[in-house]
Amino acid sequence: MAQERLAAIAGIHEYPLRVAPGVSSMQIKAESMKRALDDAGLDWGDVDGLYDALDGEGGGGLGLAAYLGIKPRLLDTTQVGGSSYEFHASHALRDIAAGRCNVAVTTYGSTAASMRVPIGTGGMGRGGASWQQNMEAPYGGTLISNYAMVAHRHMHEYGTTTEQLAQISVATRKHAMRNPEAVKAMTDLQFVKVDEITVEDVLESRVIADPLHLLECCMISDGGGAAVFVSPEIARDIKKKPVWIIGAGEATKYRENGGDITTSAGAQSAPAAFGQAGVTPDEIDIAMIYDSFSITVAVMLEDLGFCAKGEVGRFIEDGHLAFDQPGLTLNTDGGGLSSNHPGMRGLFLLLESVRQLRGESTSQVEGASLAVAHGNGGLLGGTHTGGTVILAAD
Amino acid sequence: MANRPQPSFPEPDTQHFWDGCKAGELRYQTDPDGNVVFYPRGHSTVTGGRELSWNVSSGLGTVYTYSVVRQNRMPGFQELGAYAVAYIDLDEGFRMMSTIVGVDDPTQDIHIGQRVQVEFEEQQGDDAYPIPVFRPV
Repeated sequence: MAQERLAAIAGIHEYPLRVAPGVSSMQIKAESMKRALDDAGLDWGDVDGLYDALDGEGGGGLGLAAYLGIKPRLLDTTQVGGSSYEFHASHALRDIAAGRCNVAVTTYGSTAASMRVPIGTGGMGRGGASWQQNMEAPYGGTLISNYAMVAHRHMHEYGTTTEQLAQISVATRKHAMRNPEAVKAMTDLQFVKVDEITVEDVLESRVIADPLHLLECCMISDGGGAAVFVSPEIARDIKKKPVWIIGAGEATKYRENGGDITTSAGAQSAPAAFGQAGVTPDEIDIAMIYDSFSITVAVMLEDLGFCAKGEVGRFIEDGHLAFDQPGLTLNTDGGGLSSNHPGMRGLFLLLESVRQLRGESTSQVEGASLAVAHGNGGLLGGTHTGGTVILAAD
Repeated sequence: MANRPQPSFPEPDTQHFWDGCKAGELRYQTDPDGNVVFYPRGHSTVTGGRELSWNVSSGLGTVYTYSVVRQNRMPGFQELGAYAVAYIDLDEGFRMMSTIVGVDDPTQDIHIGQRVQVEFEEQQGDDAYPIPVFRPV
């Protein structure tokens, strides 16, 4: 392959607990950074670039470096919701290629479960006066109902069914049951059934916001992690094989008069990423797609180019998204649906992509050489961002 | 009377829209080229120009998509039964978030493509802004 090798992911860490009472988000961030640097064989003092999505108590652009005790020469606090970490990887590729830093980290910490944050059902519009809040807050829309509106329109236009969408939940749960941290997560969060699930289980779970059922919705957990981005020179001497960032794309989309809600920002970010990487969707082994809900994955499979718009129901209904089936494989860590969703899942998409391309996943696809990580931040049926990152094995 | 969250002011972009609701008018903006601007803003989203005029919608539209919320932990909605949240495409070419009222069972009686008409739902409290909601026609 002739892709350029300008920046790599050298070290990763996923905080193992999904219920972590008594630990702060900042502690999760710092511990994860240390362990990700250890994974790469790099030192705390090597870090000269810091990306952050403004999570953590007293952190962000002013607080995080001070808390960590480092003095990076590059500071980027891009916060675009759950896809922030795909944007960070995109910026790291750009910044490292430009010589602005050599060892950069992004960290994430959240205690959403311990703090009982009702991310999906808490309602929106509790902020202060703004043009958008004033137009939407009176109606009691929840985050889940926003995504559900996309699902309804997709079903209306293309005949997509819940039976088809349920394949996403089924494959993801199958992977989760092979991942001890995901099994512990579901146990600690008191899932009713910590076991593989069927399409019927999804259909019989209660509706949260029509047409989305409970088993189509991600969990709310504590958690976090970190990734270390390095230059090709540093990548030569790290402990494990580097995973190369070979393409990235960024986009945003929002409610528009006459707009098509079934097409996401991914339709803009993905062609940019694949174009830079010089690969096509049919070459991809692993799709790590933000599974906030079943419909999120469905829309992204289309927008990333794995099938045509409207075709996803037929594309996934044979169950091939599971790691032991031929064809594209999805979310081998168990996803947000069944392993880890503390609010901004984008980081974990990068982490599991790296595991697959190193051969370290608990649902390893033999010989996986190319992965795409696609994050969606914000509201799929409203204002959202899409970040696409193409990753290649060494 | 209903008790929905009220818009907050000062908020210069949406003030005239909400004043319209008090006057029983569903107001929207257009730029000099006829482009519809909605949600309300101080500039054309096509040209960036600041010369906009206000118009009054017929209030007739079509359900573009919807969801029925079965669970909302926010005060004010917590105690309600299932209710709809929808995007309505108004005949004048703008899309707004709203809800659909006047149906027996929102899980059964609402569908995409349904024709609806705006009405202004009175809210609790002196001087409260009525909220534009839609009813099937």
